[in-house]
Amino acid sequence: MSTQQAEPETQEAPEDPEMKGAESPAAEEQKGGGMVDDHAEKKAELEGETVHLKVFRYDPEVEGKQEPRFDDFHVPFEKGMTVLDSVMYARDEYDSSLTFRHSCRQAVCGSDAFFVNGKQRLGCKTQISDLEQPVRIEPLPHQEVVKDLVVDMDHFYDQMHTVEPYFQDEDTPPVDDLDEQRQSPENREKIKMSSRCIWCGACMSSCNIAAGDNEYLGPAAINKAYKFAMDDREGEEIKEHRLRILEQEHGVWRCQTQFSCTEVCPKDIPLTEHIQELKREAVKKNLKFW
Amino acid sequence: MYEHDVIVVGAGGAGLRAAIAAHEAGADVAMVSKLHPVRSHTGAAEGGINAALQEGDDWELHAYDTMKGSDYLGDAPAVETLAQDAPEETINLEHWGMPFSREEDGRVSQRPFGGLSYPRTTYAGAETGHHLLHTMYEQVVKRGIQVYDEWYVMDLATTNESDPNDRECHGVVAYDVQSGTIEGFKADQGVVLATGGPGQAFDHTTNAVSCTGDGHAMAYRAGAPLEDMEFIQFHPTSLPSTGVLISEGVRGEGGILYNNEGERFMFEHGYANNSGELASRDVVARAELTEVNEGRGVDDEYVHLDMRHLGEERIMDRLENILHLAEDFEGVDGLVEPMPVKPGQHYAMGGIEVDENGQTCVNGLYAAGECACVSVHGGNRLGGNALPELIVFGKRAGRHAAGDDLGEPEIRTGYGDDVEDETETELPVQPGDAGLDTSGGVAADGGVTADAEGILERKVETARERVDTLMDKEDGVQHAEIRAKLQKAMTDYVNVFRTEEGVKKALEIIRECRQEYQDVYVDDPSKTFNTDLQQTIETRNLIDVAETIALGALVRNEFRGAHWRQENQIRDDENWLKHTLISWDDGEPSIFYRPVILEGQNKTYEPKERSY
Repeated sequence: MSTQQAEPETQEAPEDPEMKGAESPAAEEQKGGGMVDDHAEKKAELEGETVHLKVFRYDPEVEGKQEPRFDDFHVPFEKGMTVLDSVMYARDEYDSSLTFRHSCRQAVCGSDAFFVNGKQRLGCKTQISDLEQPVRIEPLPHQEVVKDLVVDMDHFYDQMHTVEPYFQDEDTPPVDDLDEQRQSPENREKIKMSSRCIWCGACMSSCNIAAGDNEYLGPAAINKAYKFAMDDREGEEIKEHRLRILEQEHGVWRCQTQFSCTEVCPKDIPLTEHIQELKREAVKKNLKFW
Repeated sequence: MYEHDVIVVGAGGAGLRAAIAAHEAGADVAMVSKLHPVRSHTGAAEGGINAALQEGDDWELHAYDTMKGSDYLGDAPAVETLAQDAPEETINLEHWGMPFSREEDGRVSQRPFGGLSYPRTTYAGAETGHHLLHTMYEQVVKRGIQVYDEWYVMDLATTNESDPNDRECHGVVAYDVQSGTIEGFKADQGVVLATGGPGQAFDHTTNAVSCTGDGHAMAYRAGAPLEDMEFIQFHPTSLPSTGVLISEGVRGEGGILYNNEGERFMFEHGYANNSGELASRDVVARAELTEVNEGRGVDDEYVHLDMRHLGEERIMDRLENILHLAEDFEGVDGLVEPMPVKPGQHYAMGGIEVDENGQTCVNGLYAAGECACVSVHGGNRLGGNALPELIVFGKRAGRHAAGDDLGEPEIRTGYGDDVEDETETELPVQPGDAGLDTSGGVAADGGVTADAEGILERKVETARERVDTLMDKEDGVQHAEIRAKLQKAMTDYVNVFRTEEGVKKALEIIRECRQEYQDVYVDDPSKTFNTDLQQTIETRNLIDVAETIALGALVRNEFRGAHWRQENQIRDDENWLKHTLISWDDGEPSIFYRPVILEGQNKTYEPKERSY
């Protein structure tokens, strides 16, 4: 991966050096003048190149932010800088009200899925140098915006919970015998990719079907069910129970194999394939009863 | 006001396990966490869970390795409890469906890890923490345990008797991040703090942005001492630019460390003639920095970790996640080139002083996981010992809080007749708040202790006033500036190598940060998802916690485990087989010591030289 190919575009940057690193002219007005933090300005001028960000802003209770708008930020570029690094810099140096979720910085907590240049991506694992400028950073589409880049995840969590996302088996040996259930390495490999999901919500946001059908389980929840349904440690009866949940009206059959979820998944989970496989499993199960 | 029997603060591994255990013991339990559970930093743990599962292995060997790894600062009752309970707890996770890596015969895989005499690190790829976190959250969903997620706990509701041993914790005060509402959460039986590590006190850390020592700071201000805070583990293999962790599993599978001259320095320069790369973490971290300081580092900053010789198949099978991390965060392909690594702050061995049942000296206040110090890890934690600690002691804290009888603890807590006061060290500045701040930990008025609800209401009122003050202020200093200054001071002066002069300098800077914090203000006027406000409160916690780390590093003039002091580079068993305890004491921290317990069930752990 190259980290230095991008020459930041400069034509959109304000001419006036006073404006470097500050918000858009519109934002400046709302703040009541051309005040730029001295410290911030100096920092931005020290480095050669800057990255131009256009960041979605919205706050339901703050005057001037109730109408969604985009703010421009110009942040000094550093080798290896990610989208998350850039918005953290903008927040810490220019505007402390810039709001987004983030925690681990290493693509495992799943907090920072954003809509970057028109695609769902994890901020922490997207290199700025791989993107065209200005870098447009928006909240995940198809979810209610709480503030700036923060979306309401409740519906996503509800759908995850719908598929009974927990291991179910009545035949597990007693724990104090210290005897584990056996599982072949092949079966473990079979569920490996599905078990990588970090609940970031990128797939659900990218899915046209989920956008049109609020009750559709969605790729993440179906994948979660896949993890259990394909795990040999759960018995056949439980698998059938899981398939019944999945083949309901708003389940697997809604998927039209557009592959958008698979394309955006930051953990490279073959979501569409998993959904297709569960469709086949559901057919097999139903044939059994003929 | 919300009310439950047991309130668990934090929803990572220890918190989830505590909540499940309290629920199974029949309590009405609720979790209150600033993150949704699956966002917790347990998910970033890569390596594995040490547990003596196989024939030929034995819990006593695990206990011995842990005690040796701790440089004889672990308490034997804690260490033995960990080693005895880890197998059952690990199998329990398997029964909950955790996708462990498997052997051909279908059993769970175990691999060698640093400092272990037997390959007992049970793992799930290089993503063990992710699977542990999700598996336990699944069980919380299954049981219908109430989770208040994105509620930030600001304070504990604790009574104000002059002796912390007489105090009682009745609940917590939390702030709903989404709406800005501040509410009391009454806990009829107990509060379990499971808030994770304080890694954000340093600027090069493997820890998440959320690891701000909130539980440490709240318990400390409420009167529970912090123990052995000077013992900070610097992980030998973090990526230089971001601090992202490269698992010890790489070395466990055979990865090799090289300096800029291509020497396998762990052997060639005699740092660990037997174990080489698999020596204890503190040994490897010091070796790397010595190589860099003596001019044998790459780019004068780091060393190389090479796993290419393991072959693509083995790497893809067991360490695939590492390839992604190196690629995404350092732009390096681990299959074709060595990975740059350097020591990064990784783990706090110390924490809130608790006994084997997870209880602090404050009645009804518990702690488990990284925020607690039982003490299992003593001066240095072995790789693969953090995750079993979460499940073993998370469970015990949850059960005890819910009223289960776990027997009398052997470990004592709080100030008592078995402690020794610190009298020798001169402090460069007055630590603590010195009356500049009104947000102490116990109920503010000096009157007779009121009922639980009264105390909680008063604390909610104090929290609301505190937030109003921060929000109403029009200008001043922003938290990010103070936090950056604090982090830099800690990494500059309280890092792998420590000097008296440097640590004193750090204490002076921390004092400056504390004074600047009096002028802190929150620029974002919104009640909705105000992360500016949340981070401002977190920064106060980081100041308190960083100060205890530096104080501990100043008073402990010896070299033990992860703590190295230039002035006395030997382990001084005659004077220092004791824990450092720091108590907030109404804002004027006092320091005292409690002897380490080396007497186990069947044997006494005689301190030996720790060579690998």
